Amino acid sequence: MIINGETIAFAVFAIMAIVGGVGVAALRNLFHAALSLLVALFGVAGLFVLLAAPFLAMVQILVYMGAIAILIIFVIMLTQRVAGMREQYNRQWILSGLVALVVFGVLLMVISQLGTPENAMWNPSAVAATLPDDAGVAALGADLVDANRYVLPFEVAGLLMTVALIGAIAVARED
Amino acid sequence: MEPAPLNISAYVVLSAILFAMGALGVLIRRNAILVFMSVELMLNAANLALIAFARFYNQMDGQILVFFVMTVAAAEVAVGLALIVVIFRTRRSINIDELSRLKD
Repeated sequence: MIINGETIAFAVFAIMAIVGGVGVAALRNLFHAALSLLVALFGVAGLFVLLAAPFLAMVQILVYMGAIAILIIFVIMLTQRVAGMREQYNRQWILSGLVALVVFGVLLMVISQLGTPENAMWNPSAVAATLPDDAGVAALGADLVDANRYVLPFEVAGLLMTVALIGAIAVARED
Repeated sequence: MEPAPLNISAYVVLSAILFAMGALGVLIRRNAILVFMSVELMLNAANLALIAFARFYNQMDGQILVFFVMTVAAAEVAVGLALIVVIFRTRRSINIDELSRLKD
């Protein structure tokens, strides 16, 4: 393994993501768990940058960290009495841990299947490492409004957002 | 971006780790909000794998799929948190072990 800037950045962001993930799964204080979710989301955003997806990294920070995480913290404050914020795991935690381990094992099994020589995921030199010139934000934007590609899903996603927001207001309204 | 040897296996394995931790969170937590946060973590793990493969194949389709996943996740969070607030208002609790009224 070559130690360069990318490797170090990967290590930093990966550790952030994993530490945050452990916090989400294990911290007993609800508020601390929400904050560690923020750490995990930021780590994943950094990995998006390393994977040449800067636009999605920004969307991740704006939408996930800016909107979703803040919304979650708001709901924590709306629904918890501050004194009662500690919570217990449920009674089946041994079984739950086993199931999570099995999920992880199955995923690793599938990933190791990808490492055959013909598709060469484990063999970096076999892959063209350079991005095409038109890759990036411009290509993403063009694809989203291209009538032959993703304009219909794009419009449907917009409609879904509208319906979801109106629905959320209608559900949560006090009357 | 400078051309560098590319190996996405580390990203995909990290994505598997995050997904398993999210699954663990969904299973062991009793608070509905924390179950929700764990689901968000699992969605993020899937997004990471999608972007890694998009980078691997040098195609934008993976990134576009991630864009839609994020849209749907935002919609899901809005509706889900509204439901949690309503459940808390009527039952005074969001402990999912106590929310078994349909069973009785």
